[in-house]
Amino acid sequence: MGKFFTSVHLKEDLCKGCINCIKRCPTQAIRVRNGKAVITKEFCIDCGECIRICPHHAKEATYDSPEIMKNYEYTVALPAPSLYGQFNHLEDVNIVLTALKKMGFDDVFEVSGAAEIVSEISRHFVNEHKENWPVISTACPTVVRLIQVRFPNLIEHLLPVCAPVDLAAAMAREKAMKATGLPCEKIGIIFISPCPAKVTAMKSPIGIDHTEIDGVLAMKEVYPLLLPLMKQSIDDVEELGISGRIGIGWGATGGEAGGLLTDNYLAADGIENVIKILEDLEDQKFDNLEFIELNACAGGCVGGVLTVENPFLAKVKLQRLRKYLPVACSHLVSGRDENSYWNDEVRYEPVFKLGRDMKESIANMTRVEELNERFPGLDCGSCGAPTCKALAEDIVRGVANEQDCIHILRDYIHRLSSELSRLDTKK
Amino acid sequence: MANTITMSYEVPGGDFTRAGEASSSLKGSLKKMNVDPDIIRRVAIAMYEGEINMVIHANGGKIDVIISPDEIEMILTDEGPGIEDIELAMQAGYSTAPDNIRTLGFGAGMGLPNMKKYTDEMKIESQVGVGTTVRMKVKL
Repeated sequence: MGKFFTSVHLKEDLCKGCINCIKRCPTQAIRVRNGKAVITKEFCIDCGECIRICPHHAKEATYDSPEIMKNYEYTVALPAPSLYGQFNHLEDVNIVLTALKKMGFDDVFEVSGAAEIVSEISRHFVNEHKENWPVISTACPTVVRLIQVRFPNLIEHLLPVCAPVDLAAAMAREKAMKATGLPCEKIGIIFISPCPAKVTAMKSPIGIDHTEIDGVLAMKEVYPLLLPLMKQSIDDVEELGISGRIGIGWGATGGEAGGLLTDNYLAADGIENVIKILEDLEDQKFDNLEFIELNACAGGCVGGVLTVENPFLAKVKLQRLRKYLPVACSHLVSGRDENSYWNDEVRYEPVFKLGRDMKESIANMTRVEELNERFPGLDCGSCGAPTCKALAEDIVRGVANEQDCIHILRDYIHRLSSELSRLDTKK
Repeated sequence: MANTITMSYEVPGGDFTRAGEASSSLKGSLKKMNVDPDIIRRVAIAMYEGEINMVIHANGGKIDVIISPDEIEMILTDEGPGIEDIELAMQAGYSTAPDNIRTLGFGAGMGLPNMKKYTDEMKIESQVGVGTTVRMKVKL
């Protein structure tokens, strides 16, 4: 595995080489080269925007097939709380959990249960670390990756606590090993995910040295399998749920912050809004905020590209479902919190730099500015880069050339043809 | 001269929706140029404060940023009303911002003091009725 992993891949035969994805990508990670979209892995933060925008459905998320369950003697499903927002008239999460067992899982462990514990740990951390205010949530792997590559001054604000799914995976494995006596590798911990960023987080985790998740299934693929099994489950529902209002609230924007039981927070969702907040935060425009919850997808996890339901409707469904639940059902037991913190340092990765040192970067930036002056400034995307400036940077990085700009090329051909006709008349 | 680059920005006057554009754009460039993150933070804060001052008091102006491997110099030039008493303006909490600006959350009288705090060198030249030039340097 290379250092950089992206869970988005291209179906080449479907890609028309249009400019929709290059224009939408918030980190300018995509170029059209030889008529096909190419992702620069270092720049990709797995936000899924290109998957959403592609009119030809050429962008696809990487995830595992349900077949992965066969690799293990004992499997545990970890449903994300956003899963409950996908179904109409769901009154009891146990129906979904029972159906997951009927689907072939030996056990289920709600991520929302672990989320309640993360909420509890976060409450302590935020209260005890005023010097880190505003603390920034780290449950969304896209946000963490974005901060790591673009906002070095904000790394110290990151909440150094495992994402609920990672804590859930560790707890589920421990529980399964105790219950079955099986060795670690015979137990499969499978996450039912709303987003592909969790696939990347599993392959190359940030903040923790490893994760206990063995596989990631797409919510949109599990959904049609669950529907008939849920109907069958209605008469013999097992009590498998371990979460209350706080845990299930994590599925939509504001849920994590709500679990901190403070009003002094900000919750923003949608990648462009997230970037704006981080820019402002870097300029120290916010005073006295305790906590900032950021979700790359509009609406929070319910807006993930692997979900089925409209995110705003899914949020309403979660609200209805939460209404009569107890505040929280899972609580921190002593000893657990030690293992719930990050154990790996998060370092700034300046992937966007133009040179090895400042001297080289200044020289290269000067060339970028000079080139940019020559381009028409239309940001038309015809060269395959999202903006004229991005093309200038590509040229300086040695991955494109000036005549990729169709306007420069047109002028060149124009000059060439008048030169030819001049030579012709001379004869 | 080799090894330096000058970035120039126009700051529109009175338009709060665009205040911060220049510092944000500079920040983006510095991140591509191997500049230490802490230096970027200081430069961006100082420049943002200066930019806001130009928007509030001077009906906009021009910012030139000269970047070299030794230092980053910001030169903010405006043709605004000028500063009558620079020493007084430098005092924390002193402000001449009108009430409508204060209701927007600006005008706390911390602009110039913060610019001084986050830079290594700051010089103000001002003539009433003519304009103001602020030069700030951050050493690398």
